[in-house]
Amino acid sequence: MNEAGVYGMVAEFGDATTLVEAATAIKQQGYRQMEAYTPYPIKDLHEIIPGSNFVPPIVLVGGLIGAATAWGMEYYIAAIDYPINVGGRPLYSWPMFIPILFELTVLFAGVFAFFGTLALCGFPRPHFPLFNLPEFSGATSNRFFLCIERGDLLYDSESTASFLQSLNPIGVWEVEDI
Amino acid sequence: MTTTASAFDVSPELKRDLQRVFTPALGAGILLSIASIVGAIYSPGDFFHSYLMGYLFWLGLTLGCMGILMLQYLTAGAWGIMTRRTLESASRTLPLCALLFIPVAIGMPWLYDWAHPDLVKNIYVLRHRAVYMNPSMYIGRAVLYFVVWGIVMYFLNKWSLEQDEKGGMEKRLAKLSAPGLLIYVFTISYATIDWAESLENNWFSTIWGFLFVAREGLAAFAFVIIVMALLSRREPLASRFKPAHLHDLGKLLLVFVMLWAYFEFSQLVVIWSGNLTDEIPWYLHRFATSWGWLGVMLIVLEFIVPFLMLLSRPLKRNATALCCVVGLIIFMRWVDLMWIVMPQYYQRGFRLTWMNIVVPASIGCLWIAVFVWQLQKRPLLPLLAPNLEKALEHGE
Repeated sequence: MNEAGVYGMVAEFGDATTLVEAATAIKQQGYRQMEAYTPYPIKDLHEIIPGSNFVPPIVLVGGLIGAATAWGMEYYIAAIDYPINVGGRPLYSWPMFIPILFELTVLFAGVFAFFGTLALCGFPRPHFPLFNLPEFSGATSNRFFLCIERGDLLYDSESTASFLQSLNPIGVWEVEDI
Repeated sequence: MTTTASAFDVSPELKRDLQRVFTPALGAGILLSIASIVGAIYSPGDFFHSYLMGYLFWLGLTLGCMGILMLQYLTAGAWGIMTRRTLESASRTLPLCALLFIPVAIGMPWLYDWAHPDLVKNIYVLRHRAVYMNPSMYIGRAVLYFVVWGIVMYFLNKWSLEQDEKGGMEKRLAKLSAPGLLIYVFTISYATIDWAESLENNWFSTIWGFLFVAREGLAAFAFVIIVMALLSRREPLASRFKPAHLHDLGKLLLVFVMLWAYFEFSQLVVIWSGNLTDEIPWYLHRFATSWGWLGVMLIVLEFIVPFLMLLSRPLKRNATALCCVVGLIIFMRWVDLMWIVMPQYYQRGFRLTWMNIVVPASIGCLWIAVFVWQLQKRPLLPLLAPNLEKALEHGE
């Protein structure tokens, strides 16, 4: 089999229910490298194809950096760089630091969440192999696709294609990796 | 999913379980009340201090549940439909709370400086406030609060019952809830200024009312989660109250934890930065002595620990784990009220007597008995609520 230059095998399904059934069958068959492309989030799909979710740790790190930045900045300003006696309060008046600390924690966490998600999705990415398939443009409006990627150990042009054909697809295509 | 009238009724097994709670609660309530009365004869000061603390705790659950009941009519959502009957039952403990106010009224001389004519004569600020803050006005206002709350509670429950029979009341309930919530926040402000803030003569805090709304909301929401987790062990909720519903309640609990901490911190930071002699005594009594450890406990165990734990998704979907966090919060609500009330009387430092535990527990047992009794009176889900089907599907 000449599989070089192939991205994967794509199947289109008529609706979300058939797609979920097909994804379950594919997983039971032993395939692991599979991705679904649907116009809207489908609830059960999340459990069949769990994505690696690094967003929470990224947000946590962002929040901690934000907190440390706020604390360091305020301490530096209030106690080292420009110490002012305000009504006899200590220079290091930490209760007053907390509002800014909170704000910067939220800001950094939010910014990390936004850019972290983009980075995890592989953005910026002007081209994606599945765009080679003309039908694929419908994935953002009303069409449901599943793709078994070539990297999967069980991937084989003929047997994978015939297996996907058995799952009631609208069509099955092998897509080039350009 | 069937929506016939019988499907959501309290099942026989649940009824048996509830009866197993009701009888001991009532029995323990009576026994502990007798013990408390003996304590009151032996040491009236201790009794009334503990009573005020316990009363504010349990009244807080009643009013908090009533507030959340009105909130859910306005926001809609599956969580509100699933918890509505629990909230209603808790709101129907209001007559008991009104009755239990009598000892607070009797205990005024032991509780408040402004109830002593000789002190009022000598302390300028008390003399200045005496027109408003005097025993007869205090009782008059309390009667007014209970009448207002009673009216709101009565119609919330009456129309909800009519909804079960013929439907179509949801809009009317929402129309009552909007002004009801507004009235609720205002009356709570006035009531808790009367009952708790006036403990300290030289002190005022403008966020006090909102802070109490948040405190009561947090306690009530924690209580609702425990009740829902217990009810979901038996039909009719066993097959209907799902992890997805519990998850929603857990998320909202996190909101209440943060809201409470935010208000509590706002009050502290404003007073701390102002540092004025007529504002700080309240905190001096509560932080400068060994009572301060209770304050630190509040920050750690009512905010930091529950906040971090409630971030976890699996924890919020697991009834046992969530109930551990909720139990901690409810315990800390008791500690908080102790920290609010007791340092006023024991300014030298921390002190715990048996009555601090027994007296609130006696009120609590009676409260729980009434709550469980009321819970059995109606189907556990609102039958003809417009979004009932959707709320049940949410768990699928």
